Amino acid sequence: MPPSEPTAPHFRKPLLETPFHARARELSQIDQFVPWAGYNTVDVFTTVEQEYFAIRNASTLYDLTPMVKYRVAGREALEFLNRLVTRDLRKLRVGRVSYVVWCNDRGHIIDDGTVFRLAATEFRLCTAERQLDWLLDSAIGFDVEIAEVTTDIAALAVQGPTSCYILKRFGLEGVERLKVFEIGEFSVRGRPLTVSRTGFTGDLGYELWMRPADAVAIWDELMAAGRTRGLRAIGSQALNMARIEAGFLMPNIDFMNAEHTVRLGRGRSPLELGLGWLVDLDKPHFNGRRALIAERRAGSRRLLVGLDVAGNKPAHNALLYAEEAGRREVGSVTSALWSPTCKRNIALAILEAPHFAVGTTLWADIYLNRELVWERRMAKCRVVEKPFFAPERRRATPPADR
Amino acid sequence: MGSTTGASGDRNDVVIIGAGHNGLVAACYLARAGLKVQVLERNDYIGGAAVSRKLYGDFTYSNCSYVCSLLRPEIMRALELPRFGLQVIPYEGGCTMMRDGGHLALYDNHDALRREIARHSPRDAEAYHRFSTDVIRQCKFIKPLLMREPPDPTSFKPRDLMELLYLGQRLNSIGEDRMYDTIRFWTMSAADFLDEYFESEIVKAHFAGSSIIGTALGPRSPGTAYVLLHHYMGDIDDTVGAWGFARGGMGAITAALTASLEASGGSVRTGAAVEQILVKNGRTTGVALASGEEINARLVISNMDVKRTFLKSMAAEHLPADFLTAVRRFKIRGSSGKLNIALDGLPRFPAIPEGSPCIRGDLHLTDSLEMMERAYDDWKDGRWSQAPYVDMLIPSQIDPTMAPDGKHYMSVFVQYCPYELADGPWTAAKRKAFGDTVIDAIARQSPDFKSLILHAEIRTPWDIENEVGLTEGNIFQGELTMDQLLFNRPVPGFAQYRTPINGLYMSGSSTHPGGGVMGAPGANAARRVLRDLGRAS
Repeated sequence: MPPSEPTAPHFRKPLLETPFHARARELSQIDQFVPWAGYNTVDVFTTVEQEYFAIRNASTLYDLTPMVKYRVAGREALEFLNRLVTRDLRKLRVGRVSYVVWCNDRGHIIDDGTVFRLAATEFRLCTAERQLDWLLDSAIGFDVEIAEVTTDIAALAVQGPTSCYILKRFGLEGVERLKVFEIGEFSVRGRPLTVSRTGFTGDLGYELWMRPADAVAIWDELMAAGRTRGLRAIGSQALNMARIEAGFLMPNIDFMNAEHTVRLGRGRSPLELGLGWLVDLDKPHFNGRRALIAERRAGSRRLLVGLDVAGNKPAHNALLYAEEAGRREVGSVTSALWSPTCKRNIALAILEAPHFAVGTTLWADIYLNRELVWERRMAKCRVVEKPFFAPERRRATPPADR
Repeated sequence: MGSTTGASGDRNDVVIIGAGHNGLVAACYLARAGLKVQVLERNDYIGGAAVSRKLYGDFTYSNCSYVCSLLRPEIMRALELPRFGLQVIPYEGGCTMMRDGGHLALYDNHDALRREIARHSPRDAEAYHRFSTDVIRQCKFIKPLLMREPPDPTSFKPRDLMELLYLGQRLNSIGEDRMYDTIRFWTMSAADFLDEYFESEIVKAHFAGSSIIGTALGPRSPGTAYVLLHHYMGDIDDTVGAWGFARGGMGAITAALTASLEASGGSVRTGAAVEQILVKNGRTTGVALASGEEINARLVISNMDVKRTFLKSMAAEHLPADFLTAVRRFKIRGSSGKLNIALDGLPRFPAIPEGSPCIRGDLHLTDSLEMMERAYDDWKDGRWSQAPYVDMLIPSQIDPTMAPDGKHYMSVFVQYCPYELADGPWTAAKRKAFGDTVIDAIARQSPDFKSLILHAEIRTPWDIENEVGLTEGNIFQGELTMDQLLFNRPVPGFAQYRTPINGLYMSGSSTHPGGGVMGAPGANAARRVLRDLGRAS
């Protein structure tokens, strides 16, 4: 039985445990776990604030094993992936990673993820949701093999200003030479390790891909290497704060898999989500190309934007209005956060045309629970550029040690 | 001997023939509108095919229908059925046991279900999401049509035009692609439908079950995809497609309806078999009972199926010839049998893993579409399926009122079983042989099953017709195929609960939106009557 497989059958224990689970249990002070892609994962280890600040100030260890991983390999693997996603992957060199989205024929997003080009004809596709049926249907006619490898690979994100220093001390010689979106193959004390300079924090950081059998030892050695530089394990809540600051989208929060929407008009195109830079209409045909050409010509009906919200109360789930009186509804907030780093009240929001231009003033309907008494407040908002936080250190090569 | 419940008095506004769930739903709505309503039931007990009876010891059987999902929540609410004692308890999952000792279970937990399906096909585990999304999309379109009268597409009356417009808007609101899907799903076979999602034979066989229940068609017959959707149309507490038990058996539904009816001044008279619907100058005047007694009423609503109403309970001279022909052609073929079994304990099913909750759900023995289709072939040849499809549940695991502690009640729905056998009429010996076929099939998956049987009620389509009154024992009062749905149900031109006889209405499952313990036909019929009386609601 692989180490990730709990002994209880799935009908008694539906959630799997990652190879790091024993360590997570030991470090969890408040037993706050959440299901993520079929795994039982940590939501918060200690306090969200401390975990968040470790991302921006020191370094963090985040177990991303549950991220769904597919091995895509074969003579026409590149052709298949290029047919699937909106970006032109012919430009993706071996040893590089690309952030991509893929659409249905209506040009609405199925999912977003990353493509790792591990060899000329071998790729890894990391996705938020399982979608083997969609991938296999899309692969008809291509000489390619697709298999889910999620349980075969354990993964850790090491993110934060001291992350490069800690990885060097851990034994990744030359890791400082990795550029953003570059992949490196390492071996540390006999254990093979793939490292990519990728992440979901918008900060300096790396993702480590390893054999499940090596997982606990690598965790322990990383922790030892990072002890004096503030390395701590974090849960999904802290990561979520960082990703909003970085302007990254979360499936099922900021958009839904279009194939899983029941109601008409809930699908979102990459153009609508502000991901137009991922769409290459000049490359050969891909799913949704025709619809996206039409949308680019006619203009998008809505757009996902960043908001700067007055006051300090996050505009969770707020409806957005064109005027303070709250008569004309023009959109809604998908993610909201008081940003501790930017000292701004920020949000991601989906807005109807023509209200999405940068500089537009809007009003958010915010409900506040003040000692069990609900109050309603109209907060002034401004459409602003994303990301909210993008430190120079995230790109610096070699990175500083702290 | 028959008896009358509730208040009874002189002049009836409405007489309703048949105390099944739809008749009672119609009665409740009319009584609440202030009409004097008398429901007549030929049996000595209330319920029609939504009935609980004690035939052996302290065991309660849901003799006919056995699970609840489709009963419209708006009806439960409007008629205050929970206040009158109805409790609907959801059950979790289900299981198909395979001939090779394997199984496929369904679980409520998303991750448990994914991992379960992935044991058979990782691809199907992920296609399941797409399947359920598409099913929910279609149900979202159809659901609002259930509680509405189907429009007459040939009529230019403002009401029909408005309803047609509504239908068009509904269709438009689901989007272009879904419109194509709707037409396809309403006409294609369940096998073709499932092929669009799944590759694993066991997964397809499990989901195909609901496409043939009560239907004289096989999984490869066009039209069965809709029957599958029909079974997903219900919900329990907003969980789409969920099924549950009425606490106390399906008779608890009709008992609550009866209590609700009596609270509004209506009454039910049992042991009152209607022999004939009385017609004078093209208008009904009431009914005549088998005893010779005549009961007068301004309006009569027949909750019997359309064939029994017009071919057996009325002189043909009162009806237009083309209407009669259409009624004769109405497809209402018997294809289902039922076993109700009192068990001395919980049977063991080695194929089901120890501790799996799926044993409390619906259990099946048909592990491929091929096996299901072969079962249908037997029916076409005029014999019961030698390897029948069963939908079997042990409600006493969840509902403590069904059996004494430690004992169990098992409901076994059997598809297929013909109304007429190729080798002559049903006899007691043949009924027993039919029951033995089913029991043997179950025993192949449960070594101790036979030794636990204390009593079994075996019901063939012939028995169901004779006891409940459903023509040929068809549980839906007519098949749920596109040619007999919406404005074509039961016959073209008479889809709006009216009949060629003034004052005579229909409320049974022969009318839109069809069968299942849904109550929608009864509620729609009541609304039609009230509109015709100028008491539009």
